[in-house]
Amino acid sequence: MNIQKEFILRCVEEGKRADGRGLEDFRKVEIEHNPIENAEGSARVKIGETDVIVGVKLGTGEPFPDKPDDGVLIVTAELSPIASPKFEPGPPREGAIELARVVDRGIRESGSIDTKKLCITPKEKVWCVFVDVQIINHGGNLIDAYSLAALTALMNTKMPEYDGEKIDYSKKTKPFPLKDKPIAVTVCKLGNSLVVDPSLEEEEHIEARLTVTTKENGNVAALQKGGGPLSLEEIEKAIALSVKKGKELRSLL
Amino acid sequence: MKREDGRAVDEYRPLEIKVGIIPNANGSAMVKMGKTVAIAGVYGPVEFLPKHKQLSDRAVLRCIYTMAPFSTEDRVRPGPSRRSTEISMVTANALSPVVFLEEFPTSVINVFINIIQANAGTRTAGINAASVALADAGIPMRDLVASIAAGKIGDEYVLDLAGKEEEATKADIPIAYSPRAKQITLLQMDGDLPPADVKKVIELNIKACEKIYETQKTALKERWKK
Repeated sequence: MNIQKEFILRCVEEGKRADGRGLEDFRKVEIEHNPIENAEGSARVKIGETDVIVGVKLGTGEPFPDKPDDGVLIVTAELSPIASPKFEPGPPREGAIELARVVDRGIRESGSIDTKKLCITPKEKVWCVFVDVQIINHGGNLIDAYSLAALTALMNTKMPEYDGEKIDYSKKTKPFPLKDKPIAVTVCKLGNSLVVDPSLEEEEHIEARLTVTTKENGNVAALQKGGGPLSLEEIEKAIALSVKKGKELRSLL
Repeated sequence: MKREDGRAVDEYRPLEIKVGIIPNANGSAMVKMGKTVAIAGVYGPVEFLPKHKQLSDRAVLRCIYTMAPFSTEDRVRPGPSRRSTEISMVTANALSPVVFLEEFPTSVINVFINIIQANAGTRTAGINAASVALADAGIPMRDLVASIAAGKIGDEYVLDLAGKEEEATKADIPIAYSPRAKQITLLQMDGDLPPADVKKVIELNIKACEKIYETQKTALKERWKK
């Protein structure tokens, strides 16, 4: 066992964190609205040293054949090597793909976007909603940071004008059809305790993590477990903790 | 000549440089030039793997230029493009001459440049950021490199084209410049200009680079004062 791990786990056993926080405390959360003028909506979220910018772009395209009158949501992630010595250049790998898919499911499954309102001509043309992230610094807990920034960016999104042929990005007026505010909170098992918002150092030593995306009404919209096993009791606790922390985060918006 | 944003012909857009914005990186910087925003992060020198890519007598300066998908009006598809690959290469060529690469044989110094918002002049903003980020990383350097572009509209030589000027200009000539050595480390051009005009445009660029250089040094001092 290395010294760092020993220290982190001893802190948790004593009910606190290596950086002095409590087990259920987030680091300082800062939200900046619309830093990107060229996006239809954007947000920069800092959680401790983690720093991400999410931009929402709107374009038009064909609907999926099985959903002819629904707009299309595309959530991507790249672990940009600018943000951490551990990220390498190249096409997205497991970590980036899981990050994008967990954020995607939170937004999609919570029904937070009224996709019917994004239909232009059924079977032919719908709005495509692109949610992309630029990670500036990876300081741990990327899923929660991306998820919070994605929601904030969607809340900030305004629809550009469309005349049937061309999108006029200089005129962004109409509101974006957002119906819910899903928030992801990742609970980590560190030693035998459950903690939220792991730092980069803590993330290296967690046994397991569970990301719980909750809606405004407290319902769960998406789950994703990573790492090792969890007992049912731990899962119950993790969900309750996520609901509680999700409410706190939502109150920041 | 009246410019869209009221600038003089030899005036660049408001320039802001912030050093040390990425805690994980060995060196980093953000450059805002008008509405264009570039960030640069430097990692290294570290051993260059796979081994066959190593140079036995010096380090490799590897630059990777990327545009965020939301940085432009029409979304940029993630992943490398022909354009970004070329810009990465000319950026590495622009910066390599001022870095003491011979001090780190078999290593690589990674310079990542990400464009957060694009509004003309992204490669030059990226070079300005990368140059400062390399210095912030404590990598031994002969000089900083400053970069800007200019062109000719009507009869006037115009610095730092933006907005509709990009279409109105007869040419667009970006340069990167090392003021101490008085060497041009990047030079590209699109357009149609007689040789005498090309020289004038380059001279206009050099003058501006000397000013940008001062801002770069001030930003570095700001970061490292105590």
